[in-house]
Amino acid sequence: MASLAQQRRAGAPWLSPPSPGIRAVKAVVIALIVITMLYPLVYVIAMSFAAPSQARAGVVFPTEFSLDAYRAIFNGGTVTQGLQNSLFITVVGTVLSLAATSMLAWGLARTRQVPGAKAVLIMVLATMFFSAGIIPNFMLIKYLGLLDSTWSLIIPGLISAFNMIVIRNFFQGLPEELIEAARIDGAGEWRIFLQIVLPLSKPVLAVTGLFYAVGYWNTYFNALLYLNDAEKWPIQVVLQQYVLAGVQIPGATLPGDAPPPPGVTLQMAVIVLATVPILVVYPFLQRYFTSGVLTGAIKG
Amino acid sequence: MSVQTAADPGTRSERAPGPTPPKQRKPSLRQRIWRERWAYTFIVPGALFFLVFAYVPMLGNVVAFQEYTPFRGIEGSPWVGFANFAAITADPEVLMALRNTLVIAVLQLVFAFPAPIALALLLNSLLSERVKRMVQTVVYLPYFLSWVIVISVWQQVLGGGGMVANLLADFGMPGFDAMTNADSFKLLVVAQVIWKDCGWGTIIFFAAIASIPNDRYEAAAIDGASGWQRTWHITLPALVPVATLLLILNIGSILTVGFEQLLLQQPMVGAEAAEVLDTFVYFRGVLGGQWGIATAAGLLKGVIGTILVLSANKIAKRLGGEGIY
Repeated sequence: MASLAQQRRAGAPWLSPPSPGIRAVKAVVIALIVITMLYPLVYVIAMSFAAPSQARAGVVFPTEFSLDAYRAIFNGGTVTQGLQNSLFITVVGTVLSLAATSMLAWGLARTRQVPGAKAVLIMVLATMFFSAGIIPNFMLIKYLGLLDSTWSLIIPGLISAFNMIVIRNFFQGLPEELIEAARIDGAGEWRIFLQIVLPLSKPVLAVTGLFYAVGYWNTYFNALLYLNDAEKWPIQVVLQQYVLAGVQIPGATLPGDAPPPPGVTLQMAVIVLATVPILVVYPFLQRYFTSGVLTGAIKG
Repeated sequence: MSVQTAADPGTRSERAPGPTPPKQRKPSLRQRIWRERWAYTFIVPGALFFLVFAYVPMLGNVVAFQEYTPFRGIEGSPWVGFANFAAITADPEVLMALRNTLVIAVLQLVFAFPAPIALALLLNSLLSERVKRMVQTVVYLPYFLSWVIVISVWQQVLGGGGMVANLLADFGMPGFDAMTNADSFKLLVVAQVIWKDCGWGTIIFFAAIASIPNDRYEAAAIDGASGWQRTWHITLPALVPVATLLLILNIGSILTVGFEQLLLQQPMVGAEAAEVLDTFVYFRGVLGGQWGIATAAGLLKGVIGTILVLSANKIAKRLGGEGIY
């Protein structure tokens, strides 16, 4: 992406640097933006480690630290269960989603040759512009017997039309000669798909996989709608219950006679635990944002 | 930055893999289907998935014309014609939800929609590529956090007992709580949307800026155009097609404002300020048991939304824009 900055460095003398005054204003604005974005997150992370006395007093930033909140949470109970549930949904969901999405994308990559593929493609694309609504979806899940099942959070969102288009675009850009050569050598379509197409498509599978994973990890409303059993709740519902709805976290106590950590640090710690996986995959995600894989597909 | 995108997917699918036999007798449809039989093993499962999970639920909307109860089912519930729709138009709660939805949607169009354009222009004008990267890394991040996390974090900072409240209390101003103030709630909602999505929204504008040929800036500079003039006359016009596209999508979803975002906060600020059409459907239908009325409201909303997006697209095309399809 040839930005102005690059053009300047590439020797475009007609782009003179702005005056010091303008640069100062820009620096202040940028600093404010960065602080607004980061400070809340940094604050929550810091407070989750705050010593009980400081957390109760309510400080702008803690100076004494303690691991009690995490110790109490990992002592067992709802939060650990929620993290496990979310991990299961995320891992299993992402794998299944990638498999289903890339299969359909490969099937629809050659709309000209395959009779009916165009119709299916239109049918899939149309789903980006409407949704049946909350209640009809709920009725379907109930009818399928998926209520109160973890699968209700995975199966209905197995294929996203948008991700399908992203992968399909990539498939269509693969060198045809390679695939044609394999076909002439007598390789079956499934073998071509598994041994040639998928290995060549690692970048796009990585980025769509990461987006699926983030989506599954962030699942909230469907869980609220479909799961009554608190044992099966993903971490987002747990977080909502204990942080926003203010329910006491059961089982979050310290071993022995130690007084339980203050509710505030417990809440902060739950927020942090729900956020950490996103922070971990974020650097990988970020590598792909601007690489056109996504923007190229927006107007598929 | 590698550009792997199929820059123009439309033409690419025309030049499809596989030999196109020159001047042969065209194979019959049945022969073509038989020849591509393997392709269907890839297509059919996915097509069935969309049929079952996107199209079949559409049929469920028939309960909008019933006095539906889950116990009796669709077959057993009595048909009531348009009674549910009549009930909606007379329901003050629907009116309240509609008003809240529209106010929030308009506020978002005014503040949240232009925000990424401004941010993209600002970042693009930065001299240091390293600073730009760093800021991008920071501003993209919140997009990937769930609404539950975002609201929880905001609660800890701006809520009662949060950081700002503590700070103000130290200065002798107790009782600050931005999260439960019904009067300013709609602005809070817009601020949250900007905080979460503004950075992510810049990506598409960066792509548009990158596609502007350099020689335009060069020519303008030689003709003596200042930095502001170049931004105003070259960069901004290049963003218009993308902005139009996004505006169409936004108008199409004007009746859908941050469902999870509002659902999460409604208990804190009350329905008066936070009830929107989607939360109305959820509370009245799933929790309240008035399935028919709730479905009717959802259906009406869906139909109006589709009409809006189609008309916005038509208008954009008439004005010389591109449209989405």
